[in-house]
Amino acid sequence: MSEQRIVVDPITRIEGHLRIEVVVDENNMVKEAYSGSTLWRGIETVVKGRDPRDAGFMTQRICGVCTFSHYRAGIEAVENALGIVPPLNAKLTRTLMNAALFLHDHPVHFYQLHGLDFVDVVSALSADPKKASEEAFKWAEYPYACGADQLKLVQDKVKKFVEKGNLGPFANAYWGHSTYKLTPEQNLIALSHYLECLKLQRTVAQAMAIFGAKQPHPQSLTVGGVTCIMDLQDPARLGEYMVKFGEMADFINRAYYPDLVMAGKAYANEPSVLNDVGTPNLMTYTDFQVGANDYLFEGGYILNGDVSKVYEVDENKITEEATRSWYKNPAPLHPYDGETDPNYTGFKDAKTMNAKGEMEESKVFDITGKYSWIKAPRYDGLTMQVGPIANIVVNYAKGNKKVVAVVDQFLKDTGLPLSAVFSTLGRTACRMIEAKIVADNALTALNNLIANLKIDQSTCAKYVIDNNKEYKGRFIGNVPRGMLSHWCRIKNGVIENWQAVVPSTWNASPKDAKGQMASYEACLVGMKIADLKQPLEIIRKIHSYDPCIACAVHVMDTKGNELSKYKVNPNLI
Amino acid sequence: MVDHKLLNTIQDRLDALSKMPKIKENSSIMAVLKENGFTRRDFMKWAGMMTAAMALPASFAPTVAKAAELADRLPVIWLHMAECTGCSESLLRTDAPTIDSLIFDYISLEYHETVMAAAGWQAEENLEGAIEKYKGKYVLMVEGGIPDGDSAFYLTVGPKGTTGRDHAIHASNNALAIFAIGTCSSFGGIQAARPNPTNSQPLYKITNKPVINVPGCPPSEKNIVGNVLNFLLFGSLPALDVYNRPKWAYGIRIHDLCERRGRFDAGEFVQEFGDEGAKQGYCLYKVGCKGPYTFNNCSRERFNQHTSWPVQAGHGCIGCSEPDFWDTMGPFEKPLGDRLFDTVFDGIGADAITDKIGIGVLAITGVAVAAHALVSTVAKDKE
Repeated sequence: MSEQRIVVDPITRIEGHLRIEVVVDENNMVKEAYSGSTLWRGIETVVKGRDPRDAGFMTQRICGVCTFSHYRAGIEAVENALGIVPPLNAKLTRTLMNAALFLHDHPVHFYQLHGLDFVDVVSALSADPKKASEEAFKWAEYPYACGADQLKLVQDKVKKFVEKGNLGPFANAYWGHSTYKLTPEQNLIALSHYLECLKLQRTVAQAMAIFGAKQPHPQSLTVGGVTCIMDLQDPARLGEYMVKFGEMADFINRAYYPDLVMAGKAYANEPSVLNDVGTPNLMTYTDFQVGANDYLFEGGYILNGDVSKVYEVDENKITEEATRSWYKNPAPLHPYDGETDPNYTGFKDAKTMNAKGEMEESKVFDITGKYSWIKAPRYDGLTMQVGPIANIVVNYAKGNKKVVAVVDQFLKDTGLPLSAVFSTLGRTACRMIEAKIVADNALTALNNLIANLKIDQSTCAKYVIDNNKEYKGRFIGNVPRGMLSHWCRIKNGVIENWQAVVPSTWNASPKDAKGQMASYEACLVGMKIADLKQPLEIIRKIHSYDPCIACAVHVMDTKGNELSKYKVNPNLI
Repeated sequence: MVDHKLLNTIQDRLDALSKMPKIKENSSIMAVLKENGFTRRDFMKWAGMMTAAMALPASFAPTVAKAAELADRLPVIWLHMAECTGCSESLLRTDAPTIDSLIFDYISLEYHETVMAAAGWQAEENLEGAIEKYKGKYVLMVEGGIPDGDSAFYLTVGPKGTTGRDHAIHASNNALAIFAIGTCSSFGGIQAARPNPTNSQPLYKITNKPVINVPGCPPSEKNIVGNVLNFLLFGSLPALDVYNRPKWAYGIRIHDLCERRGRFDAGEFVQEFGDEGAKQGYCLYKVGCKGPYTFNNCSRERFNQHTSWPVQAGHGCIGCSEPDFWDTMGPFEKPLGDRLFDTVFDGIGADAITDKIGIGVLAITGVAVAAHALVSTVAKDKE
């Protein structure tokens, strides 16, 4: 047996439906990789013909995890089209909600979603809690929830689970896999933080709900501003935000940061997380407004990992194409002119290796044809990687002081060189670094908001939508998963066209006409898999992107088609 | 006054549950609570709150507590269809003194793609294993709309490329009870909004088994968890309204218990977002609030452990727990009464609903509310 096809579907602990396939040679080395989504929802199609003020509520439903990102994008794209500038109070309130999202998303990603790729829960059961507590002090001056008594409680709790043979959501994972590198004591520390994070994610969600009404799917943004003026006038509410924000900020500094340093050292020699940056072109956009003209992060892009030169993003160079995606027109088009019709060509039959190592009848991608509901966005014809790694590296290259300080500290603490950032581990570390920068600096927005409220109580800008006028506008920003853009046209007072080019689309896209691989696929090729029945290395790498696939499968413009005619031939090739 | 008949029914149900074999020994919710440093008193407080939330008499609290303790015998399978994961996220925010982690402990969560550790073939093994092992004994919770018919291929799951539709039917066939969590699985949701390009359907149109709808976009954490308890107490489907929504949660209109109801009655309305009325907490009807047409307990239970809800944050209700609300309640920032015969979809909006239900309860309510709003404002202006 020379070549083997390995299918991982569903990729769990992500948002949405993602399938990864790889072809390995006789040495289990990955020769080819394919990333495809198996769900399409068509939200842009649904948005068409509606009142532009409704668009934000609908685009928000692209994702309940990035629950604020697409809401803000949907609202601000319309504001941009109509030429509306919201009052500063509104902008800063949006930043505070955004800050809560960053402080929610990143820790939850590391502990609840990605952490189990690095942390062997079963191994934690053989740890010595006392030694584990001592270990925790190696990584933090005041470790979070790591007293010996607390660690013992955590261990006992999980022990009961395991002994009864009913692991619930922890069942059937790749426990004991040879590429787990933490010691039992280190695993126990991380496990304790897993449980703490489960509690704190609720607290920081409340922080968003203070100004946002609820989380997921907040409801206090409107085209022109925000509606939560009563909460802004209430010092008790502002204080409540500050306290809840502070609780998560504390966890980030005393648990998330030290755990990444610990993992960074432990995994420093694990091939499956090193030297595999995927796409080395990194792109981000200016965002995170904390004052009248003050942003936490700047935009730009670098090519081929060369941090000596940062280029400015030209939005006219963004295109999307569908050569290998389940849509008809493959031509690369700018999002304002996006043109797509579904064209599902399905899977092919093949035998692949199941969990027992036997060959079983399966469905596999048609790797010579189309294989994903995700389109392929490109910048100036090139693949780009977006996300915290792009945001942190570009800002580091630009000399953003807040970023440089944290990155340098992290490299010093781990003893890793800057080049180590260009890896799976780097992606995971940069997410933490981004969270820490937000945790340490975002309250500036609250202080500036309070200062401004003393002199100005306005929260909404006035505007008129002229039904006889055509408008065109976009939102571009940087959200927890990377650079996000929404593009809209308005005609006759209703939405004529809507396109979202989202972070996961950039990273997870299939190949393009030139055969260029996007980052998910690129980072897998050349990697060795220890056990084909348990492809832990694949999910470890893919999780490091924090995939958000419902976000990525938005795409469809029906220009020239009647809205009621959606008959797609399901007869496969 | 205790309803003895009801209490007896519940008691019988609990006795039956106690005799069922345990999934996990010594892992009752009370034991889990103790491990987490919670006292019996904390737990009883929580049970009292849940009792109130389910509109049961206060004397039922000990019964609720007992039901919760027995609940660890309930395996749960949660399926993701065409969705945004917002409902799962809402579940994670669940309520009361850190009860969220406890819920994970006492319901045995056999399959949940966002949370589970296994992936790929191993994940599919978990699903099949759970369906087989707990045949007829597990609760199925489904999140998301389901692409159907010739369009079922818009969602496939697993190494065999099984359609979401087939997954949902298979899991439904062997379930003890089925909850459609969220507006998408209850009514189709956003992907089923006109023109429904993927032919997405609600769960009840896919399976021929009874489905309890727990709509909301997303439903509050209380409505998700409360329904599980409701099921445990009565051992049968809860009392449902015409849309198969549990009456305990969806029995009253948001408008009826709204904190701004006094403003409505006084004729004090926000005329546009950001005005003086907005600062004073006036009624949001004229900037589009759909509270008068929406049946849910948001005004009582709120979201994120009572932190807030849309009306408190100054934005009107968008009616997210009503069938087809994306098509019938928009534009969300205009009063329904203003546009009954003038919708962007050439009459597919609220007036089409009027046709569907004959006399048009919604429309009449809309007219009545609009008339009241008008009269109240006039009356106020004269003062």
